[in-house]
Amino acid sequence: MPLMYPLVFAAFLFSAGVYGVLARRNAVMVLMSIELMLNAVNVNLVAFNAYLRDELVSGQVFALFVIAVAAAEVGIGLAIVLLIFRNRETVNIDEVDLLRW
Amino acid sequence: MTSSEQAELIVFIILAPLAVVTALGMVLTRNAVYSALLLVVNFFCLAGFYVLLEAQFVAAVQVIVYAGAIMVLFLFVLMLLGIGNEVVVKEQMRGQRPAAVLLALGLLVAIVGALAAGVFDAEPASLAAANEGGNVEAIGRILFTRYTFAFETAGILLVVAAVGALVLGKRQP
Amino acid sequence: MHPLAQATTQPLPLPEVDWRAIAPELALAVAGVVLLLVVAFWPRAGRGVLAGLTLAGLAAAAALTVWNWDLERVAFEGAVSLDGITRYARAVLLAVGALATLMVAQGDSREGEPDDSPPEVFPLLLFALLGMVLLAAASDLLVVFIALEILSLSLYVMAGETRRLAAQEAAMKYFLLGAFSSAFLLYGIALCYGATGSTNLLEIADATGDPTADGTLLLAGVGLLAVGFLFKVSAVPFHMWTPDVYQGTPTPVAAFMAAATKVAGFAVFLRVFAGALGGLVVSWRPVIAGAAVLTMLVGAALAVVQTDLKRMLAYSSISHAGYLLVGVAAAATVPAGVSASMFYLLTYAFMVMGAFMVVQYVSRLGPPDDDAIGERSSLEDYRGLARRHPWAAGLLAVFMLALTGIPPLSGFWAKYYVFLAGIEAGLTWLVVVAVISSVISAFFYLRVLVVAYLQEPVGDPGAETAPGRTPALGVALGLAGLLTVAIGLAPEALIAAARSAERILG
Repeated sequence: MPLMYPLVFAAFLFSAGVYGVLARRNAVMVLMSIELMLNAVNVNLVAFNAYLRDELVSGQVFALFVIAVAAAEVGIGLAIVLLIFRNRETVNIDEVDLLRW
Repeated sequence: MTSSEQAELIVFIILAPLAVVTALGMVLTRNAVYSALLLVVNFFCLAGFYVLLEAQFVAAVQVIVYAGAIMVLFLFVLMLLGIGNEVVVKEQMRGQRPAAVLLALGLLVAIVGALAAGVFDAEPASLAAANEGGNVEAIGRILFTRYTFAFETAGILLVVAAVGALVLGKRQP
Repeated sequence: MHPLAQATTQPLPLPEVDWRAIAPELALAVAGVVLLLVVAFWPRAGRGVLAGLTLAGLAAAAALTVWNWDLERVAFEGAVSLDGITRYARAVLLAVGALATLMVAQGDSREGEPDDSPPEVFPLLLFALLGMVLLAAASDLLVVFIALEILSLSLYVMAGETRRLAAQEAAMKYFLLGAFSSAFLLYGIALCYGATGSTNLLEIADATGDPTADGTLLLAGVGLLAVGFLFKVSAVPFHMWTPDVYQGTPTPVAAFMAAATKVAGFAVFLRVFAGALGGLVVSWRPVIAGAAVLTMLVGAALAVVQTDLKRMLAYSSISHAGYLLVGVAAAATVPAGVSASMFYLLTYAFMVMGAFMVVQYVSRLGPPDDDAIGERSSLEDYRGLARRHPWAAGLLAVFMLALTGIPPLSGFWAKYYVFLAGIEAGLTWLVVVAVISSVISAFFYLRVLVVAYLQEPVGDPGAETAPGRTPALGVALGLAGLLTVAIGLAPEALIAAARSAERILG
């Protein structure tokens, strides 16, 4: 399997995530799209790790850190979403418009 | 092409389209709960990928932490918002859509272009040397030697996340 | 084979823990945890006590920074490097943290009202600072990423943890765009790793110096890294979040964001681009220079039409990011670019903190605003400020003139040294744009002073409420004003200290 395959595949996932972030209104959906982008990056890291034959497996370790950070980020993000929802009854980012967006 | 390479390619040919379809479905479908479930399937496909790329430990973590914990958190919040809630089920997208398509496609073309021009002709993967004593051992050795510092700072990050979620959650309006 | 990758039968070569190298960071971490425990087990502790403990932690970290001042080494297998940028950024960030602590201690509530932000804001402030200091010291892209997330997560929470809807909204916008930009940064890191085989900045520097190295992949990575960093320092065209976030968040937190994240963000920008990727300067300089032009002009032009002082300060911070990008563009070939940028960060941090302090003071004068939008920071509220509160107006004048870059004040020297470095690097056209932008920006800074000094106050002056006792804010205002004037009168010592920051240890 040439290196190109996983890399192009990851680029596709990343772009899908970018589309989701830009096109969706629901904050939870935006957050999920960001998760997709992070996973695309992980595919890159693991693929490079394999093809570089990195004896230090730094790519894999980096991917683990990305997962840990993503978990932390999701925790905070969903807490913010719930906070907004409790006060506003909406999580649509274009209805949250006290400040000009 | 050896038989193991062939097998690898076949697995890739099965997993990649599935992952692509679930990713597209996830960003396009209107119902956020379906999106979350599609994303779970997508994450399982990626875990399969990691096994192909000789990253067994990352694959396990992907299933346990990502598909397991993180996505369950998402589903949990969606349930909390209420499945019948209009917010979750019906989501009209407005004028941003064409711009989003253009930007995403532009990015895709740019990155793939750069990859096509720049990717070295690498031989297929073999981490045999690094994984000699087992992939988990290899990661453990690196994590607690070369990346000790990053590991410890990640601990601080998790403290901040826990405290932050608590602070945001406890205050009643 | 790398010794760490040898078969598991070998005993694990345990890493050497260089406690001294990270002593200031350790002090911040310990102080943060102690404060968390205090908040948890002594819920009645007053804000004064918590602020005092926070300041004590900052003082300890500052003392350790001084103790480490002459240290120059790479520690923890290349995870952190102690060099000029690290120590200068540490000093500036700790000072900014102390001022922010005073502002937070003052809070927004008047006497008799409950405090608006919960006590956890103090430990979070310390953790955010820890992330920033680490970011400035990080010498591995993995540590860069984690440090960035520590500071971002802390700031999201600090922004959102009030009852005000506007602040919660600001937190959400900041969070979504911050996470989005982190993904770009990560993609860039991944491609750089693929192209060079390492995430360590020193090893990346070696790889980029090698002309046979594969270029295109690396350039794609560098481009995505640039997008990520430009988002974080709020440069045009990735600035959209800044005005909303600065306007919505509580003023003390907005001040902290404006000053401290810029310092940390540009420190790492310099280390990565001017340091590790210095060999690729020909490729990235046009991009950074283009972003600088856009940032300076768009920031200044949009600031002119603002009617809210916090929003205006946000656009002003965008245009200042543009001047700093001139320094970054120069820094790869001209060492003076590094020192000029670091000096700029020092002066900018105090000027902008001071301006936000005046906003915090003035927002206490009027009747409490309706809860939705947050604090009173409309330009209307500043009419006739000079007659009512001459001290506040005088300090406002100092900060506005310094932000404009009027000679005896610190802002002038900051711009002067950055422009000098730009010309030395052959970027004269960029400096010309920067001067034009400065002239545009003079208009809106001076307009604030016109409103404060020449216009009559609106409405019934009797309706104004007393600001209440503001000892912490008063001290902070005094310090920021003093520093802005003092740096302006004697910039030589500090620019000399910045010169020692010129050598980047990858």
